[in-house]
Amino acid sequence: MSGLSAWRGPILLVVGLFVAWELLYLLAGDVALRSPAQTVRFTIELLGRETFWPNLAETAKAFAVALAISIVLGLAIGFALGFHRLSGEVFEPILVAFYSIPKLTLYPIVLLAFGLGMPAKIAFGVIHGFVPIALFTIGAVGNVKPVLIKTGRVLGFGAFDMVTRVLFPAALPEIFTGLRIGFALTLIGTLLGEMFASQRGLGYMLMNAIGLHNVDIIMSVTFMITVFAATVSAILLAVDRRLHRSG
Amino acid sequence: MNRSPMSRPLLLRILLILAFTAALEALCRLGVIDRFTMPPPSRILEDLARLLVTGKLYGAIAKTLSNCAIAFALAVVAGVAAGVVIHKSRLLRQALDPLFATYYAIPVFAFYPLFIIIFGLGDIPQIVIAFMMSVIAMIVNVLNGLDRVPAVLLKTARMARMSPLETALRMTLPSAAPYLLTGAKLALAYAFIGIIGSEFIMSRGGMGFEIAFAYTNFDNAVMYPLIVLILAISVAVNALLGIWEKRILARRGLR
Amino acid sequence: MTSKPSSEAPGTPAGVHARLRDVIKTFPAPGRERGVHALGPLDLDLKKGEFFAVVGPSGCGKSTLLELVAGLATVSEGTIAFEDRPVHGGVPDGIGVVFQEDASIPWLTVTGNIAFGLHKTGLGDKERNRRVADALDIMGLGDFADSYPAQLSGGMRQRVCIARTLVMQPRLILLDEPFGALDQQTRLLMGEELLKLWRETSATIFLITHALDEAAMLADRIGVMSARPGRLLSIIETDWPRDRDSRVVEEPAFGALTAQLWHKLRGESLKSIGRAQGP
Repeated sequence: MSGLSAWRGPILLVVGLFVAWELLYLLAGDVALRSPAQTVRFTIELLGRETFWPNLAETAKAFAVALAISIVLGLAIGFALGFHRLSGEVFEPILVAFYSIPKLTLYPIVLLAFGLGMPAKIAFGVIHGFVPIALFTIGAVGNVKPVLIKTGRVLGFGAFDMVTRVLFPAALPEIFTGLRIGFALTLIGTLLGEMFASQRGLGYMLMNAIGLHNVDIIMSVTFMITVFAATVSAILLAVDRRLHRSG
Repeated sequence: MNRSPMSRPLLLRILLILAFTAALEALCRLGVIDRFTMPPPSRILEDLARLLVTGKLYGAIAKTLSNCAIAFALAVVAGVAAGVVIHKSRLLRQALDPLFATYYAIPVFAFYPLFIIIFGLGDIPQIVIAFMMSVIAMIVNVLNGLDRVPAVLLKTARMARMSPLETALRMTLPSAAPYLLTGAKLALAYAFIGIIGSEFIMSRGGMGFEIAFAYTNFDNAVMYPLIVLILAISVAVNALLGIWEKRILARRGLR
Repeated sequence: MTSKPSSEAPGTPAGVHARLRDVIKTFPAPGRERGVHALGPLDLDLKKGEFFAVVGPSGCGKSTLLELVAGLATVSEGTIAFEDRPVHGGVPDGIGVVFQEDASIPWLTVTGNIAFGLHKTGLGDKERNRRVADALDIMGLGDFADSYPAQLSGGMRQRVCIARTLVMQPRLILLDEPFGALDQQTRLLMGEELLKLWRETSATIFLITHALDEAAMLADRIGVMSARPGRLLSIIETDWPRDRDSRVVEEPAFGALTAQLWHKLRGESLKSIGRAQGP
């Protein structure tokens, strides 16, 4: 698939989603939804409001910090457990179990530990995001073909050369998949955190709008978040595919 | 000495968890973690036992688990059906593939308020959310399983003059079964997450709601045991399904 | 077929490139105190500049032997010396290895692959580029210099790995069933190329193969290994001229050689699959 035909799928999907949305709106009516056109218009208007941008900045800040921590923590844990076989075997199932629990249940503990506000949001984003990064990194390190490591040894590579010239490039495609998923999950975690721990930010706007039954804001904020998440994920996915092709 | 090589990591893991719990216990009793943040693990287990004995929250537990089961069952049935259909249609596959590759990125909970407005405040919005998260995981794995049926097996079926139905039942289904199991495992996890999350955000019942309620009322004696209970259910079910999954894959030399 | 290979006279210490004495390798096994006895005791003198092939039944430890000589694994007992220095714990300078599995580096081009080890040699850019260009030329990869391994066939990828080894100018080249994944005809041609390389580089070659005809065609001497634990049952001299190519398969002596090899190996192969030797 190359050139224009590669776009056919995503275009079909987006068009399909908009059509479904419009249909749903026609069925449910103004009390429940806004149409795509209305939402887009309101979003533009919202972006013009002065009160909007501080909220966006708050979310952006929390997300950026949470993402940075998730990446560093995830990679560090992933490499450590990937290299040290026994530790990996002991801890990986724990990480896998952690991945599948409903993390909102831990939320009260996070709040009690960090209090309300930014630290709690960041913590919540991190608990969501670091796990896939760590898990994929463990897998990536373990999946490096042994023959490539032997090649490095035959060529007389020391530890530094091994890591930078063999292990890291070999593991990169799979690590990147973990980063891609970690990105999305950190965003979700941060937003969820914002819905409860904050008086500012997009998550708070959403919760507030739910309470006030402000359908316009609910639709707009959901729309913006979804578009952002989907767009970035799609870009990361394209990079991921390229890495896997040449790696 | 004939010890199986797998027991060592498992042993270490159990020791680790026990050590961690013991450390928590010590920190709580010493007051490093104060009582309002978290009671000692021993106390949490006591409270859990009491809850289970008095049956105070059986209603909530039953509600959550039954809603989860409903969402899961619907997701598996719809997921398999949709997966089969999408697998056959190139157009559908092309259109939906980007969705399948990015679905985990969509903040599904953001749609929850929408569903409440549309469906009202009953159980349906939660089930819909859980269903949405769950069915996509199922579809992705059904597609994966169908993709991986080796062409040579299908050729063998043709040589044996099997009808399409027979091929589906005797070749395709068993061949894809491990992946269907993986899909079901993920679907169950997502259904559980979806239900609990929705209950937490906005609901009038269920375990998630009870936790949120206990939190706002500073009722650690109810909140922590419930959290532990949810974690225990999640870990246990996932572990059991995981063992089953691993065994099936190992039998086929797939992992 | 009467002229001898033009290496140094056999038997003199100066002519010995690598020496193995009383080599034994055992692997630890869970639940067994003494482990699995995989290889040895084994003695071998590799002569400088010779082409030595090893054949043996599956599981006899051929690959283990190669890894021991390369320094990728350590002996449990015995000694290995390369150029009069003990091989222990690391791969000595001057040894190159071509592996059985595809060792081409997927994220580098063919040129990048070939140049992969050169940064450690301390050579200048000009010399490095010259060596890479030569290797591309010798291995017939000139047209693919900027391609990625994924775009090449299995045989081409193996050539990339050989080129990568050559560019380091090794004095002893170890090859572990390098053509195992290729079809028979490609193997015969690659064998010819290997002979050409051998002559041009004057390196010592140590080749492991399960294909008796390959060993018979390529080698000066062939070591026949027993079933596990692998020991050297005998060494057969082929007496081929140094400038041979794959057409030696047409010689009657070739047929006699392969017959001789199979005669020695048949019993061992049966043993290795668990069946007793017949009469």
